[in-house]
Amino acid sequence: MSNLIKNAVGRLVPTEINGEKAIPFQGVGKYRPEGRKAAPPIRTSADYPADGDKIVADMKTALKNAGLRDGMTISTHHHLRNGDQVANAVFAAAAELGVKDLRWFPSASFPVHEPQIELLESGVIHHIEGSMNGPLGNYCSTGKMRGMAVLRSHGGRYQAVQDGEVHIDIAVIAAPTADPFGNATGDRGPTACGLLGFALADSEYADHVIAVTDNLVPFPCIPWQIQGNNVDQVVVMDSIGDASKIVSGTTQITKSPDRLLIAELTARFCDEAGIVRDGFSFQAGAGGTALSFAIFLRDMMRERNIKARFVRGGSNQYLVDMLEEGLTDYILDGQTFDLEGVRSMRENPGHQNTSPFTSYNWHGKGNFASMLDVVVLGATEVDVNFNANVVTHSDGRLLHGIGGWMNCLASKCTILPIPAFRDRIPVLVDEVTTLCGPGELIDVIVTERGITINPLRQDLLAKVQGSSLPIVDIHDLKAEIEGICGGAPAKPDLGEKVVAAIKWVDGTVIDCVREVKV
Amino acid sequence: MAARGEAGDRGPKVRSDCWIAVEILDEGGLEIALTSKVAGLYGDSIRELLTDGCAELGIEHARIEVEDQGALPFVLAARLETAVKRALPDCSEEFLLPVSDKCTYGTDRERLRRSRLYLPGTQPKLFVNAGLHQPDGVILDLEDAVAPSEKDAACVMVRNALRAVDFCGAERMVRINQGDMGLGDLAWIAAHNVHVVLIPKVENPDQVLDVAETLAELSGGREILLMPIIESALGAWKAYEIAASHPSVVALAIGLEDYTADIGTQRTLEGTESFWARSQVLNGARAAGVQPIDTVFSDVTDMDGLRDSVIEAKGMGYVGKGCIHPRQIPVVHEAMAPTDAEIDRAKKIVVAFDEAQAKGLGVVSLGSKMIDAPVVKRALTTVDTAVLVGKLAGNWRDEEVSG
Repeated sequence: MSNLIKNAVGRLVPTEINGEKAIPFQGVGKYRPEGRKAAPPIRTSADYPADGDKIVADMKTALKNAGLRDGMTISTHHHLRNGDQVANAVFAAAAELGVKDLRWFPSASFPVHEPQIELLESGVIHHIEGSMNGPLGNYCSTGKMRGMAVLRSHGGRYQAVQDGEVHIDIAVIAAPTADPFGNATGDRGPTACGLLGFALADSEYADHVIAVTDNLVPFPCIPWQIQGNNVDQVVVMDSIGDASKIVSGTTQITKSPDRLLIAELTARFCDEAGIVRDGFSFQAGAGGTALSFAIFLRDMMRERNIKARFVRGGSNQYLVDMLEEGLTDYILDGQTFDLEGVRSMRENPGHQNTSPFTSYNWHGKGNFASMLDVVVLGATEVDVNFNANVVTHSDGRLLHGIGGWMNCLASKCTILPIPAFRDRIPVLVDEVTTLCGPGELIDVIVTERGITINPLRQDLLAKVQGSSLPIVDIHDLKAEIEGICGGAPAKPDLGEKVVAAIKWVDGTVIDCVREVKV
Repeated sequence: MAARGEAGDRGPKVRSDCWIAVEILDEGGLEIALTSKVAGLYGDSIRELLTDGCAELGIEHARIEVEDQGALPFVLAARLETAVKRALPDCSEEFLLPVSDKCTYGTDRERLRRSRLYLPGTQPKLFVNAGLHQPDGVILDLEDAVAPSEKDAACVMVRNALRAVDFCGAERMVRINQGDMGLGDLAWIAAHNVHVVLIPKVENPDQVLDVAETLAELSGGREILLMPIIESALGAWKAYEIAASHPSVVALAIGLEDYTADIGTQRTLEGTESFWARSQVLNGARAAGVQPIDTVFSDVTDMDGLRDSVIEAKGMGYVGKGCIHPRQIPVVHEAMAPTDAEIDRAKKIVVAFDEAQAKGLGVVSLGSKMIDAPVVKRALTTVDTAVLVGKLAGNWRDEEVSG
């Protein structure tokens, strides 16, 4: 185990991850990398079929052609979410080829990937670098994985690939529609999922790129979200995913009166703070409360004839309705959460597909996230210094992905609408179990028991002063919650072993996750 | 066979509640088997609470099994007490946690009672945030919302809630059961700052007097207000007598589900079938000087229907509506509030009245019209209500003058 060092937010983090040097978090905006971007090897058309047909027999053949060997890094993506059948198929084929110690570099993993545990156990996969939830999160949390997991935000993943921090040997891109040349799109086909933005970096930087489709069309596949000129081989499978599970489970409006109250308070806050005005922009994540917030906002905009310039998605039917109703000029979409979103992206020029490069990449010439007037996000825990946790639960277990969460903190106003406690689990605590977002970037916390504003944002405080909003001090709120829950909760009893490192948007290590004792 | 009792709910769908089984033993002290989703955070605290509870309830030797899904302390305590009392029906001890200082506020006879939120007495997870939705009153229900087999558990839970849960200024009401069972319920709540007792299916003033007498014995002289509910043809017939039966009665409510069944018909949205009863209850209440309170609106998804229904009830003279979902509360308050036009007119009348008073005139006139005393009284009520619900500033007269 490498040495641990205290970083700029006071967390002990490893200086070495899986044998490579790691840089501790230095503060928001402090770390400035030097040098040039990574680059894939130069190829020549002489080595590719002139008729453009790059189809090979099957996954095993493709992996063999790609030169798969022990210790390589294979990447996959989560745009098919819990319906994905490609990642499991890739590693099953790799297992058949008898390779060992692979690094799996998914943009996120889902419960559907539980079979990978067997391959982690048998040695085919060495470790996972990517957000984990469900069974894989549990497996990693209990210290069973050989290497250290590395969790990055969507933007951080793009940055890591671009900077050469993660070298992808083979990228496998699930493509709902593709042509034999490798042009691919996600907005149509039986397993249409919207867009393929998470695979963009991989298509540009990996040594070898394989597109996998279950809907082969003759050249050209239009539109091409992934360019065939970056693709080495095309594999056709019977099915790349279960279409019914591609739609996110978190796209239902909440029916909980308490969550609705939180969503309503959030919308009212945005109003009182002067955020809701002509030409503004917002992003609301998936999840019932964020969706309901968008609905309250929509009603407010309708009533006052206010129009947004753009909305960032996670698109869903509600955002699509707003676009079609003319309440926003554009949806800048990072991932589509339901079939209405997919349809709109296919049909509506105002529904633009984006990628972690445009929206979130910190090592770029700016990114969209920082241009947003307001972003509404979830969290598992928040502490009295406004630091937030999004990856582990209060018991220290890895249970959620980071997604674009960290990247979104760059917005002009970041609001976390969260319940004050879940059952008997306080959400507002002394110190978060895992620090994923530094408090200086989190402006407002909205709970059913009041709204608390970061003292760094005196401007926001001044704007809502005198309104009927229930503005409370964060310490008073915490005391109230502990009064209800029966005192402050005990700290989780965690082991010494570091099972996962959490990387900030700039690639530095902001915190790590310890083994959970079973 | 050893005495055994269990209480609460178990299974993966249960949230913010727990299941406790108590098996009384002859020796060996307490043996606690706890599984809890908050074991890491509150495991020690839960064990301590169970141990204290057993001491309070006089249990020295027992095997206690707990499956906890994040129950708050007042819920754990209630489940333990119920399990013990099911094992030992003669146990008369109570396990009382300290009273929260958020539970000691009082009420006012004349307060607004526009909305009252029903909370089933055995669903503690619905209690904790109920007050945040700002109903005028919360009703902890021991009657129809509680299955016959859970009546004992509900009494313990409601008592604990009255001592622990902050209802944020809402009037604290309990709906007791009918008849003798209802009189028995009073012993569980009378000493715990219940503000209003709702008496169901009242058909006879004696039912109200029985409750009032029992409360007088139990409450140590503190007045507990009463709201009889009329839910039958006979009750409607005797509305005035019931409303006027006892000075603690502050409101008379009508419950239409049972009433329509009693008169042999079904409840419709238009409500033609209950028009007489609602008029009768309204008149009975007003004749006795108490607030007339309308029935619940039971379709929680139909907010437009609710709004229309409240406007209709307000038009008839009712001042309150029952709610079964927190999202109904703001709709009721909004629809019950005086409209802008009503407030404008009332302000003009009140200003004219003030001027007449200042000039020592006996007659109030607005323009060329003479205003009758009852109209003035109604206008005063309208502006007072408007101020109370925040639609009119308390100092509106000053603004009126300067404006």
